Amino acid sequence: MGLKEKDTPVVAEMVRPSPTHTTISGRPIEALYRPEDVADLDYSRDLGDPGDFPYTRGIHRTMYRGKAWTMRQFAGFGTPRETNARFKYLLEHGGHGLSVAFDLPTLMGRDPDHALSLGEVGKCGVAISSLQDMETLFAGIPLDQVSTSMTINSPAAMLLAFYVIVAEKQGVGPDKLSGTVQADILKEFIAQKEYIFPPRPSMRVIVDMIRYCTERLPKWNSISISGYHIREAGSTAAQELAFTLRDGIEYVQWCVDAGMDVDEFAPRLSFFFNSHSDFFEEIAKFRAARRIWARVMKERFGAKNPRSWMCRFHTQTAGVSLTAQQPYNNVVRTALQALAGVLGGTQSLHTNSLDEALALPTEEAVTIALRTQQVIAHESGVVNTADPLAGSYFVEKLTNDIEADALEYFRRIDAMGGMVAAIERGYPQREIQEAAFQFQKAVERKEKIIVGVNEYVMDEKPFPILYIDEQAAEEQIGRLQTLRSSRDNARVRAALGGLQGVARGTGNVMEPILEAARAYATLGEMCDALREVWGEYVEPPIF
Amino acid sequence: MAGSDRKLRVLIAKPGLDGHDRGAKIVARALRDAGMEVIYTGLRQSPEQIVSAAAQEDVDAVGLSILSGAHLPICRRVIELLKEKGMEGTRVFLGGIIPAQDIPELKRIGVAEVFLPGSSTQDVIKLIQGAFNEQGGASGAPP
Repeated sequence: MGLKEKDTPVVAEMVRPSPTHTTISGRPIEALYRPEDVADLDYSRDLGDPGDFPYTRGIHRTMYRGKAWTMRQFAGFGTPRETNARFKYLLEHGGHGLSVAFDLPTLMGRDPDHALSLGEVGKCGVAISSLQDMETLFAGIPLDQVSTSMTINSPAAMLLAFYVIVAEKQGVGPDKLSGTVQADILKEFIAQKEYIFPPRPSMRVIVDMIRYCTERLPKWNSISISGYHIREAGSTAAQELAFTLRDGIEYVQWCVDAGMDVDEFAPRLSFFFNSHSDFFEEIAKFRAARRIWARVMKERFGAKNPRSWMCRFHTQTAGVSLTAQQPYNNVVRTALQALAGVLGGTQSLHTNSLDEALALPTEEAVTIALRTQQVIAHESGVVNTADPLAGSYFVEKLTNDIEADALEYFRRIDAMGGMVAAIERGYPQREIQEAAFQFQKAVERKEKIIVGVNEYVMDEKPFPILYIDEQAAEEQIGRLQTLRSSRDNARVRAALGGLQGVARGTGNVMEPILEAARAYATLGEMCDALREVWGEYVEPPIF
Repeated sequence: MAGSDRKLRVLIAKPGLDGHDRGAKIVARALRDAGMEVIYTGLRQSPEQIVSAAAQEDVDAVGLSILSGAHLPICRRVIELLKEKGMEGTRVFLGGIIPAQDIPELKRIGVAEVFLPGSSTQDVIKLIQGAFNEQGGASGAPP
């Protein structure tokens, strides 16, 4: 006790309220955590061993002793031919899975020759506008031997159709395909804003696709419910957790309402989180995510299959934390964030490259990012035991607190009538906007220090970046014109008419989308056909 | 041009297909808090829509937020259209992920200032105010 008395003044000094003793999300942190902070914690009820309900400690018994996480680097730029070469490079250098970044015209369902595609073709991802482009993208890559994640949302059904048909042409059946389409339209309305149709028809496409995947692609993750973009848009850690899992609840509810059995589709739902800079808050967030999801699935939806209870997730380090100033510092930021993702028990990980606040990454920068994961996996020793931070007074208290915040958001959104209704009234959008503005103010007041930006500033030297010119646009527009003049246009018109017919009714839109894709209808043509039926969503411009 | 008795009017616009509006909204709010009249176009505006909104709202400055790499063709088109409408006095500011090598070309075609990641809203406010305090001089940006 003498020691404690002697220490008291020091501790008292430390706990004086200070804006700097908060997490990056503004959560106050105490100077010291003690057993009484987690006195109510019940090991088997609240934590469980790894692999046991509620999976707070991880979804697998042995975690990374059994199998390392999948090192999955997101890539895509320019033409399908250029990205095909980058994919082969990544696979040759120890990458495990592919992850496709599409350009904005693809993400928004516009062909490269549309007026709004001006300057955007091949810029922030690869340009894919038809089955032909997808055939080039995966040329020489056997689709039964890789898993492919596709970051595509509004037109996810069309890109999935292209992928299934490319595999078919390789002689690979849909039951052999493993991978993910992001297909999380709710976070587009909330955060990233790459929506096409209004929320309700958008949700119908997702439900139709989940049903198709459940019936035909047993190894495919039908959706990747994403907090990543919510966080990048400026949310706090708790908002990221709450809105993502509440989106998950919304998808499950819509599928159940459409007559599907929860245990048939829920095992293929996956999640995608951001790993930001506040180390312990992120680890707590990942642990809380698993516990909340397990309880929601068991208690709210009555799921009986343990695989329905498991929150499996991909993690990406925080792009928004990267600085254009002193870019090499970003290697350190990314390493810490990646370590938080690993200590949080992620199933797969993307590490950002050091030059991504400047441009798309160079091959050298991507290699360092992949090596960062390999150093953590092979040198740091953190893979040797599961959930090494369990039982830390601080980490368990933080896990409880962030869970409580998320459950409070659930209550508010439930009271609004669910997430689609909350989105329609702009609730999550406004919450995130406010958090983003407050963080910016905190940085400008230097309450939050960003090394090299508002402290430790130096003169910057020129930094070599990957520069993407307008050549991809010319090439893609040329390819598209050739395609339009060489395909069977009568078949295309019939297929697009068929798609509109199903869209007006209640059938599954996947079948007519597959037929249109086979006929080499373009992505823009398919989306335009649906725009005619469902209209386009316009967000009220609030700030 | 902005008279001394009149608040600066600024149009914040998100051209192109990109939906990442965190920066645009933060800047819009900071400029409003600094006493300017701010109009935000919302997402996915074509250069034609932006210039037509700028004319209709009689703004002194247009702030474009572009993170997707489409800045050169879009800025060229917006500035061309402003000239066609005789609105050369409307200053164009740009924020986003812009490669350093493109900045000389952007300045040459008439972009008054380019704000890169890490810029503070205070810098944005000062440079926009500075551009108009110089009464028709150059951008007012420090070298």
